[in-house]
Amino acid sequence: MPATLTRIPLCTLDDLPLGLGRAFKVGDTPIAVFQSRGGKVFAVDGFCPHKGGPLADGMIAGDQVVCPYHAFRFHSDTGACDQPGVCALTTYPVEVVGGQVYVTVS
Amino acid sequence: MIQLNTIADSPVTRRKLVIIGNGMAGARMAEDIIAADPNHDFDIVMFGDEPYGNYNRILLSNVLNGSQDAQEIFLNPLAWYDDNHVTLHAGKRVTKIDREQQVVYAEGIEESYDILIFATGSRPFVPPIPGTTLHGVFVFRTIDDCRNIAEYAKGCKNAVVIGGGLLGLEAAKGLMTHNVSVTVVEMAPWLMSVQLDEAGGKVLQQTIETMGIKPLVSTSTKELLGHTRVTGVKFGDGTEIPADMVVISAGIRPNKELAQEFGLACDRAILVDDTLQTSDPSIFGVGECVQHRGMVYGLVAPLWEQTKALAGRLTGTNPDARYLGSKLATKLKVMGVELASMGRIADLKPTDEVVTFAEPGRQVYWKAILRDGKLSAACMLGDLEPADQLVEYFMQDKPVPTRRLELFFGTGTKTQGSEFSLADMPDSKQICDCNGVCKGTIVQAIKAGKTTVQAVGKATRAGTGCGSCKKMVKSLIEAVNGEVKADPSESWYVAAVPLDKPTLVSEVKTRGLKSVSAVLRELGTGEDERSKNGLASMLKSIWGTEYVDERDARYINDRVHANIQNDGTFSVIPRMYGGVTSADDLIKIGEVAKKYNVRMVKVTGGQRIDLLGIKKDDLPKVWADLGMPSGYAYTKALRTVKTCVGTDFCRYGTNDSTALGIALEKKYQGFEFPAKVKLGVSGCPRNCAESTVKDVGVVATEGGEWEVLVGGAAGAHVRRTDVLCRVKTRDEAIRVIGRFLIYYRDNAKWIERTYDFVPRIGIEKLRDIIVNDSLGLGDSLDAEVEKTAAAYVDPWLERDKPAFAGQFEDVKTVPLPMV
Ligand code: SRM
Ligand SMILES: Cc1cc2nc3c(=O)[nH]c(=O)nc-3n(C[C@H](O)[C@H](O)[C@H](O)COP(=O)(O)OP(=O)(O)OC[C@H]3O[C@@H](n4cnc5c(N)ncnc54)[C@H](O)[C@@H]3O)c2cc1C
Ligand code: SF4
Ligand code: FES
Repeated sequence: MPATLTRIPLCTLDDLPLGLGRAFKVGDTPIAVFQSRGGKVFAVDGFCPHKGGPLADGMIAGDQVVCPYHAFRFHSDTGACDQPGVCALTTYPVEVVGGQVYVTVS
Repeated sequence: MIQLNTIADSPVTRRKLVIIGNGMAGARMAEDIIAADPNHDFDIVMFGDEPYGNYNRILLSNVLNGSQDAQEIFLNPLAWYDDNHVTLHAGKRVTKIDREQQVVYAEGIEESYDILIFATGSRPFVPPIPGTTLHGVFVFRTIDDCRNIAEYAKGCKNAVVIGGGLLGLEAAKGLMTHNVSVTVVEMAPWLMSVQLDEAGGKVLQQTIETMGIKPLVSTSTKELLGHTRVTGVKFGDGTEIPADMVVISAGIRPNKELAQEFGLACDRAILVDDTLQTSDPSIFGVGECVQHRGMVYGLVAPLWEQTKALAGRLTGTNPDARYLGSKLATKLKVMGVELASMGRIADLKPTDEVVTFAEPGRQVYWKAILRDGKLSAACMLGDLEPADQLVEYFMQDKPVPTRRLELFFGTGTKTQGSEFSLADMPDSKQICDCNGVCKGTIVQAIKAGKTTVQAVGKATRAGTGCGSCKKMVKSLIEAVNGEVKADPSESWYVAAVPLDKPTLVSEVKTRGLKSVSAVLRELGTGEDERSKNGLASMLKSIWGTEYVDERDARYINDRVHANIQNDGTFSVIPRMYGGVTSADDLIKIGEVAKKYNVRMVKVTGGQRIDLLGIKKDDLPKVWADLGMPSGYAYTKALRTVKTCVGTDFCRYGTNDSTALGIALEKKYQGFEFPAKVKLGVSGCPRNCAESTVKDVGVVATEGGEWEVLVGGAAGAHVRRTDVLCRVKTRDEAIRVIGRFLIYYRDNAKWIERTYDFVPRIGIEKLRDIIVNDSLGLGDSLDAEVEKTAAAYVDPWLERDKPAFAGQFEDVKTVPLPMV
């Protein structure tokens, strides 16, 4: 299936609590969008590949997102998991333009 | 929600192939179909119980012993399924099959099929003895098992492996690398009784003994001992040995139950014929879950043959393919000991001819059984020089040489160098033969701070091959490093700030650090979620109302004041002081439960009522409708005060325990601690509120006094309280408890419950400080109580003004633009 990329406006920067995440469903794709304390905005899959923990309810620790269920960690840029054998999260490109957050999904 | 997977507008009629099981056989099945015919007409759908792609199960031993990273053993990552258009339902267990409609079901998913393949494998057999559900008891089958065993082994000294077969020994070897001493218990008179005869088993036994593993053969296990964690193993003869962890490896059982339940013919496993078809012509089976011509295999080689034959038939590329059974010849490395086995070594007839060769000095043992001039079985240990040749005779049913010794010595033998003692060894002496690492390199790594076998392995690769040199590596570490030094991080309050609690508290106070981010910025060396939570709790108690509450330092439960459940919803437990409620409150709870379709209303173990399954957006409304304060069933804080009915009703009650319980709960509600705190108040020594297993318990005495108890628990850890003191009045009890709670709050490490704190400090010392005021802290402890009580605000009031954006909002749906 050819992937069509769609860039869509998601929310404003103010909608994202500092240092925390929020859950969205873009089309059929659940994603979790975070704003780190350092101001970095990033988006990853909405659910943890381990047992489906809602990642937006997790925490940020350094460069990683920590799942609220069993504390598996995923890198915010690569989606890679710190636990052996757990597949990486998909990460989604995010841009912030004039206080508006855009995300690109396929 | 039911998700229907319909086949999309495809012009040709495609067939739907569903595979249950995503292990070695299931994944190979899919691969073989794709390989047999890249243009096959199947839509392949797989269900796997394990929430991963497909990994090489036989390498789990390497993962456990640290010689391979779990990452490295993956055969098919999730991307493989996408790339090959295979739909994988990972982490989904098939629970139902409708053979008439040809549909399989797994939690929320249903898939129709034209062809269904069972590849459900097998599971470890756990013998029906008492104690197998204790913490610290494991089986060894999956990547999760590996992770759990390795994690648990960290704090352990003695491990016992039950079962001295291939897997048991692999588990034992893995455990050795985690620095625990290991005993292997085997019921049969020798180890690996399937692959080896008695003489071979004894040789193996000697070999593993020299590696430091203790074998106990002819020993049956009767019971695993312990209250919540395993502490020992009891044998048939009544003797016991200590064990902090147990790995059960007592054989496997095919996963045939699903097939059996839905009517497929089964015996020991699911019955299949030479076409691998079950008793239902649309359903096939491969791997360890099937029984073919009386055989159930426990190794991978047969299943490669099975999947290949079945793929040929199903794709039509080899429509007559049949599976006729497998001859098994395996070469294994068990704990670094080379071992080869073929045929059934225990199957010996009086007319058979046995040829053996033994070289006890090098622990070499070879045995071949000849029947009618052919090799019917063999085992080889310690040196596999002739193995390839024997395998050939065995597999091809070739007549063996008339000079039988040519079976073993057809190609001549080699010699090896002599052994050195560790200290005399020159630096150039090779220690790890697999990776060619010499003593000098290892010693250098140890001096550079690599002080565990694993760390040395990571740095030099020594010990990461067969692992047989790990013991030498360990001895080298001991020789170079002397005793292992105590870890300074033991005393830190949290991992991210390298300071013990008193130093941390005084730094925080002198620098005026009022938020978690400020502490991490000024004093931290890292950042992790546990540390953030710990700091948040500590700062809140230090600064009270001045504390700068950053919610990103808190777990979800503490951010939304409810407990997250495994489906993303939350539970709500309102306060019910002392476990006492009223008709009006019960009616309100009932109405709320109805209005919000609460999935379960449950009386908790803490004498109150839990409303489970509430959506995040409903939390504020539920709290408002209840109009009751939060029961704090989430944060590390005062949880419940359990009471009994006491003098008001009970004929034995000597004091009003209910009133004291309610007073304690009202006074100390909202107090946060390094770990949760639970109280109990009983009106007489019958102790109906279980006060002797609470963080703080109070029991009224026959003489009408109150006995105050501390440091108890009855959860994962069971500890009876110590007696702190006796007091005469209710107010005295409330005061002394307040002092204890604040002293605990300010001196315990993060997540240290009173059951660890009280014995760490010692009850005499605590009594001195809290009851006799030996340090003169009494007034300041009392003042802290008042200050903390004054800072209490019911967190459920945030229903009216959320603390941050989206605090009580669930998933926001954003539609994709129409194209
Ligand atoms: C709801 C309740 C079970 C019930 O249905 O009765 C419960 C539920 C949980 N307990 Fe408990 N415990 C409950 C009473 C207990 C009791 C009994 C008691 O309090 O009298 C104990 C043993 C007493 C003790 O603590 O000494 C108990 C010992 C534990 C432990 C083991 C703590 C330990 O160190 O030994 C944990 C794990 C932990 O804290 O790390 C735990 C953890 C949990 C968690 C929070 C697990 C989690 O993190 O999700 C559970 C939340 C389930 C959920 O999603 O809502 N729960 N838990 C009880 C709530 C009581 C309340 O009203 O607040
Ligand atoms: C530690 C270890 C070491 C081993 N070493 C060797 C070795 O050196 N040589 C050798 O030949 N063999 C070895 N084996 C044995 C080998 O791993 C097995 O023979 C092989 O894995 C069997 O493959 P299988 O697909 O039949 O079963 P499995 O690999 O167990 O796969 C079955 C899968 O099906 C899943 N499943 C079961 N029921 C359901 C359901 N209802 N719905 C969805 N999914 C389900 C299971 O979760 C599992 O993932 C070893 C095994 C272990 C555990
Ligand atoms: S015992 Fe406690 S933690 Fe375990 S499942 Fe029950 S409620 Fe959850
Ligand atoms: S569900 Fe995410 S770590 Fe378990």
